[in-house]
Amino acid sequence: MYTQALNARDTETSAIEDAERLAAFQARVDAEDKIEPNDWMPESYRKTLVRQISQHAHSEIVGMLPEGNWITRAPTLKRKAALLAKVQDEGGHGLYLYSAAETLGVSREELTGQLLSGKAKYSSIFNYPTPTWADIGAIGWLVDGAAIMNQIPLCRCSYGPYSRAMIRVCKEESFHQRQGYELLLEMCRSSEEQKEMVQDALNRWWWPSLMMFGPSDTDSKHSAQSMAWKIKRFTNDELRQKFVDATVPQAHYLGLTLPDPDLKLNEETGHWEYGEIDWEEFSRVIAGNGPCNRERLAARRKAHEAGAWVREAALAHAQKRRDRREAARHAAE
Amino acid sequence: MTEKNTPLWEVFIRSRTGMAHRHCGSVHAADEEMALQAARDVYTRRGEGVSIWVVPSAAIVASDPSEKEEMFEPTASKIYRHPTFYEIPEEVGNM
Repeated sequence: MYTQALNARDTETSAIEDAERLAAFQARVDAEDKIEPNDWMPESYRKTLVRQISQHAHSEIVGMLPEGNWITRAPTLKRKAALLAKVQDEGGHGLYLYSAAETLGVSREELTGQLLSGKAKYSSIFNYPTPTWADIGAIGWLVDGAAIMNQIPLCRCSYGPYSRAMIRVCKEESFHQRQGYELLLEMCRSSEEQKEMVQDALNRWWWPSLMMFGPSDTDSKHSAQSMAWKIKRFTNDELRQKFVDATVPQAHYLGLTLPDPDLKLNEETGHWEYGEIDWEEFSRVIAGNGPCNRERLAARRKAHEAGAWVREAALAHAQKRRDRREAARHAAE
Repeated sequence: MTEKNTPLWEVFIRSRTGMAHRHCGSVHAADEEMALQAARDVYTRRGEGVSIWVVPSAAIVASDPSEKEEMFEPTASKIYRHPTFYEIPEEVGNM
């Protein structure tokens, strides 16, 4: 979206971040005005968005790996077609998001480099393995379900390109969640063994899904500023609670038990209260020591390196054709 | 990184015949043919369009948002450009 050239900023003007400009910027945000790529914005707003949007993009790209694992082994042609379409969507979502991040003056190559070097983070959830077919259903239902909770408020984010990318993403995510839940429903109704497989997947994915909303509000370092800038609309804990309230009845409908002995419905508030999240596990996975962190990064690096000759050849081919056209024009003159 | 950057293209899609092409995002591609193919894969997976334009991003010239006032303010004072500026008696009917 928009051009890199347009985003070459005058560094002198952006250095003068006086209080007046900041106040005018905040007033625009407060008035629900959208901020567009070439508008003046505080450097910290720009940095926060680059970090958040690129992490989001990396998550979509790495998220293709755990599911891609099952494309060749999907049980029916219908499921295989759906899974292929879903994984392709995740790739597409990554690209919409990279485009949005690039409007902030960072190049695609830089962003990819940050992912491959391990400097940039991606959602911790994709560092868990997918050993059974039920995991594919659990990812659609829980992981995409949690992503939708996070992404719906982002459609109203103050930064125009991010908000527009999120609107597209949200339209497509609904299919992801529904195909996952339908797949699990079919398994739960088929046989005891298959239902056990689904229960096992739920046991493994439930807590990591809750962790997807990030640290609790008391420990979140970015929340307050992001709320003021209207990048975030709800806190991590608010979104997590919405997710739990929506998902627990869906698990019960499948006839499953949630792996949380402390889970109970508070009749007064109408909310499901859940047990303590293992934040040590969360930190461990974020720090690179989850079950599949190394495998995921190795797969991305391999794809990038093995594809280098294709990128080079495509550029060389384009250059050759340009040169030929140029030569033909000269000859004609 | 020693690799050369792959050029950026802006993508415009006509959602159905009779509608104008509308900007929807961007793609990276080595040449125009691959840019079209990438745009199709990225932006029209669910029948979103019947025609695609791709334009090298560097070829777009845009107005400067910080000059928005000077650029667009003059139109605000020209209310005589709007039909409601002119009084037509009701008896004349719709016009």
